[in-house]
Parts: sequence; structure tokens; C-alpha cells
Amino acid sequence: MKQSRLAAIVGIHEFRDRDVMGELSALQIKAQSAARALADAGLNWSDVDAIYDAGEGGGMSGLNISEYFGIRPRVIDTTAVGGSSYQFHAAHALRDIAAGKARLALLTYGSTAHSDRRAIGVGGRAAGGLHPADNLDGFAGSTLIANYAMVAQRHMFDHGTTSAQLAEISVATRLHAMRNPDAVRAMEDLEFLDIRETTIDDVLNSRVIADPLHLLECCMISDGGGALVIAAADVARDCRKKPVWIIGTGEATRYPTMGGDITTSAAVESGAIAFAEAGVTPSEIDIAMIYDSFSITVLTLLEDLGFCDKGEGGSYVTGGRLRFDRPSEGPALNTDGGGLSSNHPGMRGIFLLLEATRQLRGESTAQVDNAKLSIAHGNGGMLGSRHTGGTIILAAD
Amino acid sequence: MNDIKRPLPNLEERDTEDFWAATLDHELHFQQCSHCDTIVFYPRSHCTGCTEGELISKAASGMGTVYTYSIIRQSYHPFFRNLIPYVVAWIDLDEGPRLLSNVIDTDWQAVHIGMRVQISWETHEGVNLPLFKAAQD
Ligand SMILES: [Zn+2]
Repeated sequence: MKQSRLAAIVGIHEFRDRDVMGELSALQIKAQSAARALADAGLNWSDVDAIYDAGEGGGMSGLNISEYFGIRPRVIDTTAVGGSSYQFHAAHALRDIAAGKARLALLTYGSTAHSDRRAIGVGGRAAGGLHPADNLDGFAGSTLIANYAMVAQRHMFDHGTTSAQLAEISVATRLHAMRNPDAVRAMEDLEFLDIRETTIDDVLNSRVIADPLHLLECCMISDGGGALVIAAADVARDCRKKPVWIIGTGEATRYPTMGGDITTSAAVESGAIAFAEAGVTPSEIDIAMIYDSFSITVLTLLEDLGFCDKGEGGSYVTGGRLRFDRPSEGPALNTDGGGLSSNHPGMRGIFLLLEATRQLRGESTAQVDNAKLSIAHGNGGMLGSRHTGGTIILAAD
Repeated sequence: MNDIKRPLPNLEERDTEDFWAATLDHELHFQQCSHCDTIVFYPRSHCTGCTEGELISKAASGMGTVYTYSIIRQSYHPFFRNLIPYVVAWIDLDEGPRLLSNVIDTDWQAVHIGMRVQISWETHEGVNLPLFKAAQD
């Protein structure tokens, strides 16, 4: 199958500070990241003709962000589906460029979740919300972590998965984080205790937050942001860096159904669509950038994307297979250090695309030799109840 | 203890107001379509299975099975932090719908997937909450 070479990632920037001490706004982080990503491509604000925005900088975002950046886009897409929004944005940018509606797309993200001291994970959801589902669930005092913990609990029951297997994901991710100076600085700024490579026992000995998930299986809450520039093929050829081509995209939703399987996510659908479009298989993928809100998220998504069969994720991840220096055993996982140990300000999807791109450019701090294909899968919303899956497959030039 | 109350539902939210009203009679309602028999849960005003039918509210037996659960050991919520450790669970009602709730009055270490549970109403002003406890056999 001939792969699409219609649109490519040509500019990237990951905002370095994970603790802005309340001195920057989300909008400022978005704009500063956008300027750096455009400069990375050798382009300027005036080249942008399509804007994609998840609205985290405020309401009416398609209009307000355009004015703030000082651009006049002719494609405005404000898809907001949680942490996977950026996979959806990249998919839509490819679609819009392929349709001839746009030539240069700008995606940005900014968040001050850490400075705001938002307890994303354990805050308990407010009852009395306007959505009827939330109005039904709120009294139980579930937490975001418990939502994912209930997936892990059922996965263990159905498939015999163990906490030691889940811990492999945290251990591999931390190994990669320790190679990334920005991740190490993030852990220092967020006052992680004992910043070093971890062992499975370290994870199992960290305190349980919501059974069966331990502290070291949970992502950090940082400030942060980033930006991504996607260009039509002819524009991409003239950019400063080698283009990284978007060759497959997939989108899906999942929500509770009677008798539904909580251990299976929307990635089953979005992944299959993206792989079919890309004309590649999971065994060909070098880099797996998989949304690691929690260890169980990664295990579930690896299965659903087809890296192993459903229920086999525990044995699949065992033995350090996800490390960047074991390319013969399958793709390297979250080589930037992931949400677990580098960057999670609430919506991590953009960082998956940024590191996937760095790997295909040869710019990662945990570089896999000769990496040719990356997958970036975002999970938005909550894995254990209602969520979106967005899958992007990228190819080196 | 303190006076901080459990968060209560908004009793005027349009889709769920009848559901919560029924709890005053200790009834746990779910909806079923008169035309295509689709069961709808959480409550809505339209059938998700067809465009014709009308949804009829039915009372569940109050019996169910733990589909999955977690024991929460950390919460920053002013009410729930005082309950730690407490159990949240997805309960599969015998009639089919899956409901998020708590398993109470049961040793939390004994809660398990597949455990049979029955409803245990928690009384509040204007609404009762469908919590669950181990089924008596
Ligand atoms: Zn119907």
C-alpha cells in the first residue's frame, strides 16, 4: 500500500518549565511554544492558515486564540476531547491539508495545572454537574485514579495481570526520564523524592493510592505546554528540519454499556483504522508513545493497539522489553519519560506527538537507532468509563 | 467527625430528576423503550436504540453483582477524605444497567469482583442514595 505523504510535522516545541510558579498563563505558554515551533520549521506566524485548539486557554477559543496569536486562519477546529485532543487535531490537519483547505496547521497546548494546585487525580468529582451522567455518579466519591484502578482490578481478575507486571511500565518510563534533562528538572521542580532509576520493588513499595494502583503508577501533575506545526508536502520540503509524515489516523469513542468490557478501550477502533490507513502493522513500529496517565492505561492501550493480544499485556511488558535499548524486542515506550516521569499538565496528547517526532528526527535523549515508524496514541477522558481514543502513525522521511 | 456532607445530586437536572425523585420511594429506576426494548441508563428523554419509542421507567430489584471496584486510600475531598479507606464499585444490576456506587457496611477487604450485593439506601433531605452492601442470602 502506498503511504500518504500529504502532510508532515515540520516544527515542534515542548515548553521546558514544569513549574512556572504562577508567573505565566496557559495562553502565554501556548504562544511562546507556538513561536518556537514555527521557528523550528523556519516559518512565521503569517504562514499559519489553520488553527486547532482544545480550548484550555478559555472560551470561544477558535476566535480568541487567533486574535491572541495574531493570525487569520481559514480553517478553525476546536475539537476538545480531553488528553487525546491533539491526536484528533493532527488527524484533522492532515484531512484539511489533503482537501486543499489548508497548507500550514498550528496546534498548541498550555496549562498551569501545577501552579493552580489542581488535584486532577484525587479530588473527587463535584456532584450537581450539568451532564446527567455526572449527576448520577457524583455521590459515590470516585476519583480519577479510582476510575483507572477499577480497570486494573478487572484486568487482573480476567487475565491474571499482576502489579509487578504493571510496574514494568513505570520502571521503563523512569529509565527514559533519567536520560532526559528536562524530565529530571521536572521531577526536581515538582519535588519528587529520591529521583533515580526505579525497580519493580520500588513501585510495589510505594503507597497504594487506589487499589491496585501505587503512587509510582500515577502520572505527575505539572505545568507545561507545547506546539506542533503541520505542513502540506510542498511547504514541508522547504522547512528547516526533515519532515515527519503523518501516514495514518484513527478516532473513536467508548462509554459504559450494559455488560461492556472495561478492560477494552476505544484504541481497538482508532488503532485499527490508523494501521489500515498507514498500511503498516504493530510489529513494524519502532516507537510507542502511549498515553501514560497510569500504568494500566499503557497496558490496556498496548493490547488494544495490537502489540499483543487482549489479556497478554502483562507478559508482553515483562523483562524490560519496553526499554529504548531493546529494539529487537519491540517498540520503545514513552522515550521522553512519559506522563509518569516527565510531563503531564492534564492533557498529554501533544507530548506524544512531539517525542514521536523527535525520535524520527534522531533528536531524542533516549534515541532508538534508525527509528522509522512511531505511533502516538492519546486517551482522552477516563479509561474506565467514557473516553476517546486518537491514534496517529508517523513515518520518517 | 465533622458536618461536611456527602455531595448530593442536582435534583433539577432534567434527565435525572425523575430518577432521583423515585429514590424517595426507595426505587432504583432504569428506562426501557416501549418500541425496541432498548434499556437506557443513565436516564435520558430519548431512546438510543430507535427514533420512535417512548422510554418507560422500571424499578430494579436492587440486587446486583460487583463488576469491578477499588479501595480509595487517598482523597482531597473534604467529605470523602474522612471515609478512607472506602470502596467504589461498578455494580451490574440484575436487570442489566451498570451503576457507579459504594459498597458499605462490609469489611472492605472482603469486597471482590463477582460479589453479590443489594441496595442500601442512604437517607438525605430530598433524596436517597443507592449504596450497596453484601447481599443477605
Ligand atoms: Zn427504542
